[in-house]
Amino acid sequence: MSAELLEGSEAIARAMVSAGCRFFAGYPMTPFTEVLEGMAKLMPDAGGDCVNAESELEAIGMAWGAAAAGARAATGSVGQGLSLMQESIAELCFARVPMVVLNMARGQGDYYQATRGGGHGDYRTIVLAPVDLAEAVRLVQLAFYLADKFRNPVMFMGDYYLAHVFEAVDTGAVDFGALPRKDWALDGSSSGTGNARIVSSIMPTKRNAPVYVDYGTYLETSGEKIAVMERQMEPMYEQGSCEDADCVIVAYGTPARIVRYVVGQLRAEGLRVGFFRPVTLWPFPSAQLVAATRSARGIGVYELNAGQMIDDVRLAVRDRNAISIGGLSFDSSGFGIAPELTPRKVAMRIRKFMAESGQGPGA
Amino acid sequence: MSGEVSRGTLVIDVDRCKGCELCIDACRPNVLSMTTDKRNALGYLYPVLEPGCVACHACALICPDFVFQVWRYAEPVVAGSEGGTS
Amino acid sequence: MKCYVPTDAPPLEPARLVDDFAPPLILPGAHKLCAGCGEPAAMRAVVEMIEAMGFTNRTVGVFGIGCYTSFSPGLDVEVMQALHGRAPSLATGLKRVHPNSIVFTLQGDGDMVNEGLQEVIHTAARGENVTCIMLNNGVFGETGGHMTATTVLGQRTKNSLEGRNAKKHGYPIKMAEMLAPLDGVAYVARGATNNARNIFRTRKMLRGALAAQDQRRGFSFVEILTMCPTGWFIETAEAPDYLNDKMASFHKMGVIKDAAAAPA
Repeated sequence: MSAELLEGSEAIARAMVSAGCRFFAGYPMTPFTEVLEGMAKLMPDAGGDCVNAESELEAIGMAWGAAAAGARAATGSVGQGLSLMQESIAELCFARVPMVVLNMARGQGDYYQATRGGGHGDYRTIVLAPVDLAEAVRLVQLAFYLADKFRNPVMFMGDYYLAHVFEAVDTGAVDFGALPRKDWALDGSSSGTGNARIVSSIMPTKRNAPVYVDYGTYLETSGEKIAVMERQMEPMYEQGSCEDADCVIVAYGTPARIVRYVVGQLRAEGLRVGFFRPVTLWPFPSAQLVAATRSARGIGVYELNAGQMIDDVRLAVRDRNAISIGGLSFDSSGFGIAPELTPRKVAMRIRKFMAESGQGPGA
Repeated sequence: MSGEVSRGTLVIDVDRCKGCELCIDACRPNVLSMTTDKRNALGYLYPVLEPGCVACHACALICPDFVFQVWRYAEPVVAGSEGGTS
Repeated sequence: MKCYVPTDAPPLEPARLVDDFAPPLILPGAHKLCAGCGEPAAMRAVVEMIEAMGFTNRTVGVFGIGCYTSFSPGLDVEVMQALHGRAPSLATGLKRVHPNSIVFTLQGDGDMVNEGLQEVIHTAARGENVTCIMLNNGVFGETGGHMTATTVLGQRTKNSLEGRNAKKHGYPIKMAEMLAPLDGVAYVARGATNNARNIFRTRKMLRGALAAQDQRRGFSFVEILTMCPTGWFIETAEAPDYLNDKMASFHKMGVIKDAAAAPA
């Protein structure tokens, strides 16, 4: 396939189909609605099914059933709708069911929800945060691969801007490598054989299984699963001009696109500033952030919320302080693409931060 | 009960019984009754069978603990000839 | 003097085995449900009908959360465990991916009518070709015997100790009657496991429901009234009559709908 000028939602939908997604369910909510529309349009011809579920709970429920049946399944919503899905996301992790969950977020206030999980118990989902549409159409496909590999939900963190920007992108299939067959999936064929399969968050094996796993053992392995993902998943990130930077600005998603651009501009003026952009919000690229900020005197965090990713930054850099350089929670319309998300305003914030950290002009 | 005809009989897995007595009422010919003094390994009274079973398998269908195995005789058996105890 | 028949070994006289303890699809081992529980008989009826109709090797069960959940590792049937109330949406997803499978949900009244009312109504309205089975004992058994949306007026539960009172606790819901009018619904019936005659009737209802699914006529629903002497605060032997008098007088048994096909 070659690049085509597409609106974000449609491009993401096409990329999901290219990844082999054959079941999608969702409930309309701005700015996720157009992804649902896109899947409704594409799924039938792709031999799949897209259901307009009657609630977010049912949307993730249907995707759960489809995923347990062995299909690549996805659902999505926006922050509030994802709040409704938290119980199911947790259970999917415990039941080892792969799924891709999209958050076309209003702003960046769902960082905690995504990286800690708003559900019950010990679980994590890998969280992928693209900076632009070109990265998005690749990461959403990677999400299906990782979900199948780890048998765990993977979250795709998009936003309103990403959903509605037009970019020329190639939504063709990307091959991330071979995966084992889903011989755990349900289709009825093992019923009555003495070895019927079970997909369950509370009883991992049938009573007569050759290796019966009791609930206590199962709980222990659930906790280990997080460690396995951390060990086997290389955190993804992008950084620019950090080697000799006095200040490094940390941001993710669409705001990071602006920050990246502004850092380039400021560098051209002679300011020694760099940027660090986590792509996997979980697992957070902590070691890589520490390396990138080794020589920096100031670490500034720009995110559209009251301060969420900054906690992970502080956990990573420990002995040095990270300062929020701003970013509103929501703009007045509630759609999170703050009116101040312009290069000029972001540059002002970075300059001010550098001045206060004793860098740059005025220091 | 010599002379009583049985069309069927049961094997009862006595140690799985939880003494609920649903089989007693369910039994059409009323040939099931609970022991009064003997208890099983779980400590429950359990059902015993008199001649006259018709192999309707109502007991098996209603038993929550699946304690009944139901047999239908090829030829009806007269009590006293089947080794019953008195 | 009473004479007893030995019941410790199969008969020496020529005989045919009618019932072998539990059906093959129920795996050996204790299910740990209460003495006198009506749910195992319902479970038995479900798997025996699946087997009798030749559906075994394409059947998947979707279990809700309740006492019956303890059967999920004890059945030789593929099982997907759902959250409380959410089995119908999981069943929908699974059935759409494998339209030739036979998918049933197994849910209690608390699971389906309290937590999951929205799910079952929408699944029924859409006419999904799945069979939802509700074990209705009028209480939340697993949590200790509390009132549900199907608890009948006057019924004593842990949080309606003086008997359910319409003014204080509101009115019960008749789930089968609520689903029957929906266009996507092909088959609706209500049975019980409190005596052999009702178990036989219920088996026929399960057959009818599974046939509706196999023939792709739409959504099918079987409500099965079951005894819960523990939740009802009564002796096990009294439970069948209690079910008849208290529950079946309100939640009436019978085939409520058997449609040839959904309207065009």
